[in-house]
Amino acid sequence: MAKRSNLLKGMDTFPDLSWPLVLSVFYRNLKVFGKTWKASIMFNFVEPMLYLWAMGFGLGVYVTRINGLSYIEFLAPALIASSAMFSTTYEMTYGSYTRMGFQKTFHGMVATPVSMDDVVMGEILYGTFKGVLYGMVFFLVVALFGLVKSPWALLIPVPLALMVMIFAILSLIWTSIAPNYDSFGYFFTLFVSPMFLFAGVFFPVENLPPGIRFLPWLTPLYHAVEAIRPMVLGRVTWSILADLTWLTAFAALTMRIPLAMVKNRLIQ
Amino acid sequence: MIVQGIDVISVESLVKRFGDFEAVKGIDFSVTRGECFGLLGPNGAGKTSIVKMIYGFSPITSGKLEVFGEDIMLRARSIKSRIGVVPQEDNLDPELSVLDNLLVYAGYFRIEKHTARQRAMEIMDFMDLSEKSAQVVGDLSGGMKRRLTMGRALINRPELLILDEPTTGLDPYARHMVWQRLRRLKEAGTTMLLTTHYLEEASQLCDRLIIIHRGEIMEQGTPVGLIDRHVGKEALILGGDHLLRESLSAGLTELIKASHILGDDLVLFTDHGRVLAERVGERARELGITLDYHRLRPTNLEDVFLKLTGETLDNIQKGF
Ligand SMILES: Nc1ncnc2c1ncn2[C@@H]1O[C@H](COP(=O)(O)OP(=O)(O)OP(=O)(O)O)[C@@H](O)[C@H]1O
Ligand SMILES: [Mg+2]
Repeated sequence: MAKRSNLLKGMDTFPDLSWPLVLSVFYRNLKVFGKTWKASIMFNFVEPMLYLWAMGFGLGVYVTRINGLSYIEFLAPALIASSAMFSTTYEMTYGSYTRMGFQKTFHGMVATPVSMDDVVMGEILYGTFKGVLYGMVFFLVVALFGLVKSPWALLIPVPLALMVMIFAILSLIWTSIAPNYDSFGYFFTLFVSPMFLFAGVFFPVENLPPGIRFLPWLTPLYHAVEAIRPMVLGRVTWSILADLTWLTAFAALTMRIPLAMVKNRLIQ
Repeated sequence: MIVQGIDVISVESLVKRFGDFEAVKGIDFSVTRGECFGLLGPNGAGKTSIVKMIYGFSPITSGKLEVFGEDIMLRARSIKSRIGVVPQEDNLDPELSVLDNLLVYAGYFRIEKHTARQRAMEIMDFMDLSEKSAQVVGDLSGGMKRRLTMGRALINRPELLILDEPTTGLDPYARHMVWQRLRRLKEAGTTMLLTTHYLEEASQLCDRLIIIHRGEIMEQGTPVGLIDRHVGKEALILGGDHLLRESLSAGLTELIKASHILGDDLVLFTDHGRVLAERVGERARELGITLDYHRLRPTNLEDVFLKLTGETLDNIQKGF
């Protein structure tokens, strides 16, 4: 398995980061985003809106109250998290793959004082920014529907940022080994969609069969939803801290991996 | 900062392996300050592999490589801040305008905003792109993109400019313009490493060059020196039947420096073109051979290149 050890080569070294240059990479992506955001924000926005209408107002009529909440009250805060998740994941798969491969943007950057670690860290920052932005835009919609019940909701950028940072990291790991664009289909089918469906967005995880009830606990989306929902509804308890800790620890422990893997993919 | 007498690039027994395949097989050369140094060779010779190691993109397999007297792998950031790179494949930001491309790139060198703007303006002027300043790069023609890539490499006022086939895809006018600009940069003291398939380009720009074939150096010298050594002053090109042509040159060996077959033509290299042409003509009449055509022209670097790389290809085919 020589191949496997090559994928992770350099994992045990300290990353070569210069934060001003990480920001210059972030800024580059932001600048491009500035040219295209109108179209892209619409797309990312329409889908959770459709879910809100179809599920919240359509299906919700048939659903009895969940933990004392109407279905739309239960659903809407979680869709903030999932819409953030999708926007980051799309950006860090299709978007990053294009910059890494077809456009050779990364190649151009590392011919300057920017290091490959700076490039990937800049990507993670950008993915995080984009997720938080899209999540917060959806938050505004939820607020317009009158579903935001508490000023605690102003803190949701914290769990959002932690969660989308994790999705940036995981997506970039996949991107670093993706042979082509088609392979991202598997990523979404195998990981992202199941999370969307079973990590407590649409129904409480207690409704899962007992044998697999632990599975959502392993996903970042579950912990983000567990933090965001009480914040929006004003039902904050100490257990949120456990979720935030889980998210922070996961991000911190995995951060090094995509830095090594993207570098090993590109530098031969 | 500028230390006289130290080579800008110094390469010893440099090897690059991709898996089992050895793309660069232990080469040596050095580039001195202010010089334009050429890397020539057919497709797949290993030019880009060498260039990528020099600007720190790809790690060396073995050997020694120093840029500005330092190991690029250990001092990557400081060395790269003094280099400009024109890669073989463009990697501009297609969504951004010409100006923004330059400004964003300046950010990677941490050039202060005001200075960056000023330099961007100068560069667009220098590369004849001022009119396109606001245009999105995705909508530029291929040649304009190439010019922008080259301009972008100048944003940090590099001491060393690395150009991997800079003029590929340019029209003749644009190519001459670029040559002229490169000459100006050279006069201003910029050291250059240039790979190219245009031998004319190498003759015009390079002080010294190496010809690489399958990862090894086949020949090196100045353009004039190489022409002189390998092909002499003129080339006599003979069209017509192969075997008959061979008999024409028989007995004229003292006049012929070298010869090779290029497509359907036999090319004779000589320092005494006029005499050789007359003698070949006489012999043709004596032997009753009709030549389809014969033509005398000055030799150029392309002749050297074709002769050298052609010979090796022949040898390989013959199993040497
Ligand atoms: N990443 C890589 N993995 C495997 N082989 C490679 C890689 N990069 C280059 N090679 C091989 O190394 C050899 C030299 O390639 P290189 O790109 O250096 O040639 P070149 O002289 O620049 O050619 P060209 O004139 O076509 O640009 C080729 O046989 C190429 O297939
Ligand atoms: Mg090349």
